[in-house]
Amino acid sequence: MSRTDPGDSSKRADAAGADPLAPSAVPDDSVLLTARGIRKSFGENEVLRSIDLEVRRGEVVVLIGPSGSGKTTVLRSLNGLETPDEGVLSFAGGPELDFSKPVAKAARIAMRNRSAMVFQQHNLFPHMTVLENVIEGPVRVQRVPRAKAIAAASALLDRVGLAEKRDAYPFQLSGGQQQRVGIVRALALKPDLLLFDEPTSALDPELVGEVLQVIKELADEGWTMVVVTHELSFARQAADEVLFMDDGVVVERGAPGTIFTKPTEDRTRRFLDRILRPLD
Amino acid sequence: MSSGWQLFLESFWPIVWGGVSGTIPLSLASFAIGLVLALGVALARLSKNRVLSGIARFYISVIRGTPLLVQLFVIFYGLPAIGLVIDPWPSAIVAFSLNVGGYAAEVIRAAILSVPKGQWEAGYTIGMSSTTTLRRIILPQAARVSVPPLSNTFISLVKDTSLASLILVTELFRVAQQIAAFSQEFMLLYLEAALVYWLFCLVLASGQSIIERRLDRYVAH
Repeated sequence: MSRTDPGDSSKRADAAGADPLAPSAVPDDSVLLTARGIRKSFGENEVLRSIDLEVRRGEVVVLIGPSGSGKTTVLRSLNGLETPDEGVLSFAGGPELDFSKPVAKAARIAMRNRSAMVFQQHNLFPHMTVLENVIEGPVRVQRVPRAKAIAAASALLDRVGLAEKRDAYPFQLSGGQQQRVGIVRALALKPDLLLFDEPTSALDPELVGEVLQVIKELADEGWTMVVVTHELSFARQAADEVLFMDDGVVVERGAPGTIFTKPTEDRTRRFLDRILRPLD
Repeated sequence: MSSGWQLFLESFWPIVWGGVSGTIPLSLASFAIGLVLALGVALARLSKNRVLSGIARFYISVIRGTPLLVQLFVIFYGLPAIGLVIDPWPSAIVAFSLNVGGYAAEVIRAAILSVPKGQWEAGYTIGMSSTTTLRRIILPQAARVSVPPLSNTFISLVKDTSLASLILVTELFRVAQQIAAFSQEFMLLYLEAALVYWLFCLVLASGQSIIERRLDRYVAH
């Protein structure tokens, strides 16, 4: 159970290719992540009631739904920030973790390292510069040589337009810049899967675009990602699959064109109406 | 020159020397040991292990619920009754360290809890263990928060070390006491001792603001 995949970690460490934004995975459309029957309760409150999810390499999956529907909990379960009560999670090439039984810590950590999270509140380390934030994971955890990590981080920062901010502290940045650093910090880990937890919800409206633009570019570059967002226009443009969640279940899933124009479920239609026409 | 003024001048450097050779090393050693102890106690108090956190809670309760003078006397005058004789200096260091350990533990615990939960999660998501996250991410931020209250603890400690004169440790106040007993100028000598303590604490307070400014450089105002 606790076996880590050595081939995978070396791939993460070595994949500083020519294009810093390019994903480390070989582009194919094999299944990267499978989740089956994920359940989670907080006390009496059943937050997830049997969630199934399959993400293929290079795919962009967008989770939408009202707050409290469980979207964020799904994301956090994939990154091991929550432990499901039941259900099975597996990444390609890794072991299958069955949460109805106790799961070894090493196996949970190995699974966590397949993905990296971008938080709603960016959660940058306030006592570290932008560069230090980005290289902390590669240098401290993945044992990448410092010079190599700095070169990779600089290239990534350059790509998101923050090269000149590398020695600034997070508080000296705008919200949009902070979130772009948050994205770069996740990218620097060279994960197989990027997780975005409402990455623009805490931003001033005029700063939303610059962050969505970066995420859209990453999607176009072929990164695999699961995005929780209320930005339906982003979902429409970038998503391969949209999942509508409500009350701990996936109510409806499909291509964005289908979900947004002719949803089959009443709950989906009402949610979309509330978001697209809030004043009616 | 009046004899009072002359006595003041003649006793000034002996009293300062009592501070430099007694009060300051006693304070520094006790504070350093006490802080290490406090960090351990704070982590034990925060741990999910009920036995550990229970022990930490009990320790903090005893230290905060009993007078420092009594703690000092138990160690120096009490322990010999069970065959444990400790010299004045080590007795004082043990007593003051244990005392700082109890008070500073609560400061450190509160400082650790003041760091947002998202910082732990950010550490986890970049692959860190909880120990590494604590060391690299949480404690540096907690340290900044705890500088003002820990400075208070230290300044209190510097003054509390005067109690060590009661177990025959030669420090600032004991020097003043000895000169006062000899010269019978109690008012003068005790005011002079107060003045020297005050000067020491002024230096410490300015040291505190230097540390705070340094740690503040990465925080928005």
